[in-house]
Amino acid sequence: MTGLTRATALRRAGRFVALALVFLMGTGAGNTWAAESALLHKPAPQFVRRDFGGKTISLRSYRGRVVLLNFWATWCAPCLQELPRFAAWQREYGEDGLQVIAVSMDDDEAAARALARKMGLDFVVMMGDAGLGKRYGGVLGLPVTFLIDRDGTVAERFESGGHLAQMEEQIKELLAAR
Amino acid sequence: MGSDALYKLLQGGGAKPLVFQVGSHVMFSQAHIRGAQYAGQGSQATGLQLLESKIAGLPKGSFIVIYCGCCPWNRCPNVGPAFHRLVELGFTNVKALYIQSNFGDDWVNKGYSVETGG
Repeated sequence: MTGLTRATALRRAGRFVALALVFLMGTGAGNTWAAESALLHKPAPQFVRRDFGGKTISLRSYRGRVVLLNFWATWCAPCLQELPRFAAWQREYGEDGLQVIAVSMDDDEAAARALARKMGLDFVVMMGDAGLGKRYGGVLGLPVTFLIDRDGTVAERFESGGHLAQMEEQIKELLAAR
Repeated sequence: MGSDALYKLLQGGGAKPLVFQVGSHVMFSQAHIRGAQYAGQGSQATGLQLLESKIAGLPKGSFIVIYCGCCPWNRCPNVGPAFHRLVELGFTNVKALYIQSNFGDDWVNKGYSVETGG
């Protein structure tokens, strides 16, 4: 087998394994989300939702800006450590084109609204749900943060917190890419 | 109890535990262990009330596994209170599923069977 054909075979085997995994997961009574990494370098799933201020927010309307899309909840300690930093970044990098959108995965909307108010979150905050989570590859642990570039493509995914320095560096890079 | 051990137990032919998810319902709806029941967030009083209603009438020796997976294990606000409540109520065979990172990484991405909705 030549190097080229071996590489091709490996790619095909990789595709087969990926498809098999999707199939196996799909047998789990309708579990149809894609693997987390499947979103990387793909167009970010669109959504239109009302934020806590009552404004209709369309992800598409932020095309041309870098979007930090964060999934959080009031009971998630690592999330609550990140949110003040996101607020600081919104202030620091907002004029350069950053938009923070925080999606609460709480069951209790009142609790999420109260905490957002208490923390003085001055970026877009809204409620999420299982459907939105699935469209983003399954938000099955918090926090999860996506960085979406100016073209609306998912550039990176971070989970479990603790990646703020790396995240900020990547934001700067995405903002610099005009 | 680790996820590998629970998965083997659920796949095997022997007696199976009752599995309760004690995290958020939004997470449960996205995916939960096949056959698991939603039992409310352990960190909230209303969640513990729902848990109590789920186990009402069960023999105290029932094999029960609770899990959450909302956050890394050492940051999870739900499993501890739910576990302690079950012990307080006299249940003697309760185990918490050890989910190191989150339910996605430690169960779903291992290819273990799940259900959605509910």
